[in-house]
Amino acid sequence: MLGYTLRRIIYTAPVLLGVSVVCFALVHISPGDPLISILPADASVELQERLLVLYGFDRSYIEQFFLWLGRALQGDLGTSIATGRPVTTEVMRAVGNTLMLASVATVIGFVLGCFFGFVAGYFSNSPLDKAASAAAVFGVSVPHYWLGMVLVIIFSAQLGWLPAAGAGPGGSSQWKFNLEHLSYMVLPAITMSVIPMGIIARTVRALVAEILAQEFVIGLRARGLSEFGVFMHVVKNAAPTALAVMGVQLGYLLGGSILIETVFSWPGTGMLLNSAIFQRDLPLLQGTILVLAMFFVVLNLIVDVMQSALDPRIKR
Amino acid sequence: MTAPFLSIRNLGVTFTGGTRPVRAVNDVSLDVAEGEAVALIGESGSGKSVTMRAVMRLNPEKRSKLEGQILVGGRDVMAMNTRQLSAFRGGEAAMIFQEPLLALDPVYTLGDQIVETIRRHEPISKDDARARALELFDRVRIPSAKSRLDNYPHEMSGGMRQRAMIALALSCRPKLLLADEPTTALDATVQIQVLLLLRELQRDLGLSIIFVTHDIGAAVEVADRIAVMYAGQIVEQATARDLIRNPRHPYTLGLLKSRAHDAMVKGSKLDAIPGAPPDLANLPDGCPFSPRCFLSDAGCRAGQIGMQQITDGHQARCRRLDQTALQDAS
Repeated sequence: MLGYTLRRIIYTAPVLLGVSVVCFALVHISPGDPLISILPADASVELQERLLVLYGFDRSYIEQFFLWLGRALQGDLGTSIATGRPVTTEVMRAVGNTLMLASVATVIGFVLGCFFGFVAGYFSNSPLDKAASAAAVFGVSVPHYWLGMVLVIIFSAQLGWLPAAGAGPGGSSQWKFNLEHLSYMVLPAITMSVIPMGIIARTVRALVAEILAQEFVIGLRARGLSEFGVFMHVVKNAAPTALAVMGVQLGYLLGGSILIETVFSWPGTGMLLNSAIFQRDLPLLQGTILVLAMFFVVLNLIVDVMQSALDPRIKR
Repeated sequence: MTAPFLSIRNLGVTFTGGTRPVRAVNDVSLDVAEGEAVALIGESGSGKSVTMRAVMRLNPEKRSKLEGQILVGGRDVMAMNTRQLSAFRGGEAAMIFQEPLLALDPVYTLGDQIVETIRRHEPISKDDARARALELFDRVRIPSAKSRLDNYPHEMSGGMRQRAMIALALSCRPKLLLADEPTTALDATVQIQVLLLLRELQRDLGLSIIFVTHDIGAAVEVADRIAVMYAGQIVEQATARDLIRNPRHPYTLGLLKSRAHDAMVKGSKLDAIPGAPPDLANLPDGCPFSPRCFLSDAGCRAGQIGMQQITDGHQARCRRLDQTALQDAS
């Protein structure tokens, strides 16, 4: 098990290198001059060139890449062009906020998804299954920014129960663990949880139906196990795949929540990416994408290791 | 003769899940005495496995209908409630499946599965249960039993898996063992080892066994008595010796003739029964074998054919037994 884990960690190194190349290249392939957005329209050529040298944009791409990578390895992702603050600080704060929101959303989605999935799988083709499957399809197909706005209209505008936007009182951008901050999280977390809920419910339904059709379930009953005992076996058989899907979903939510974060003005990576793109803030864009990609890789690593711990048939 | 340990009377199983009800088992009566091994043979789809599963009420409750009576050790299985049933399953009666790789939970070690089963039926500690699991593994002659307990099913060979399955089935000292084609999925050499093991265990532990197979050779090897099933009915039953030497039902005659070793002369054709088994959702009137039978006449195609007593303990469900008696003289 330890050997397998170490091997998997080593395997991530080339993946991370590839990721860094792609994310450096992507940003430079896109057209447009990064400095135009911060320079005044009448800036002198001399000033333009000075800034170009200052940010290192005058060097060759290969040189730029290795300089950037070397600094990134030391935790320095450069300076944001738009704000002048270190990218690392900005990204880490945003990642913290997004991670918080995405984790809560994934946990809600996982719990509800498993519940609906198990109900649907156990009573497949019954009215209960139809209802649970309908909930899952709703989760996958409803436009979540629309759902977010509807929730805001109902619970903030009409009922006034929950705050509509932001991560905390007074435009706080640093998440803290207290009731007030928690209330800000409810609506975006529920909105965000709908997607993983639907996907996990559908996966678990298919898994459970498939497991229940296997002969070993009859074998378990033939040994005198109660329905609850059989259920526990079904859970353990379904767990590796369900957890893997959950991990992948968490990864998507980390980077793919731009719409929801914008609707709720949540100061996370989605909003950061959004503004970095619009302001052509190359260092910030690169840094954010790199950190998100790293999270994705690490998450997949954790899922793989967990899966092999749960399912003995996966070769170690 | 004392009362049989297992007594099945007029068992009927109908699957109602599909568009038309499928009558998988029809009017099956079978007795198994204490310490007796009875083989149930027949083609695929003849109702052998369904009959066995009915003894433990393992057929899906919602999609099947059970009729008749099943008594095990004098207790009525049909009348058991959920708790009694789960104590009965695995405790008093245990089952061995055809393909242990499919019938064992793939994500639990064999030791854990045995311990779980024992502790489900008896209030003993984990360590004691594990000690008994180890004993069982030794008993079914699994080499290096101790480390094998920590194996997952997929880590063992087919023969070892089937031995582990037998150990699991025996873990709560059942009196009745239902073996559903226990050797079909195994290599020929391993088959014989497992058959011999089963017979030895049966004699040592005084088990009553129902042994489902489509291999007559295996049936003769293990069983005291043989019952032949066709289209959900028992068409003939007798002691193993009587059935092989003096088969009376035309279907049994056909089965025995179609055995390969009677046709080993090079160039001779294997003597197969013409036609195919009937559709269980659409059984013909009268004897279900009549469309394929060389003796059938108009009388065979109408009405239920009852069991005919031939000698004590030898019965056949055929109205033309006078014709098959010719074999008797030879």
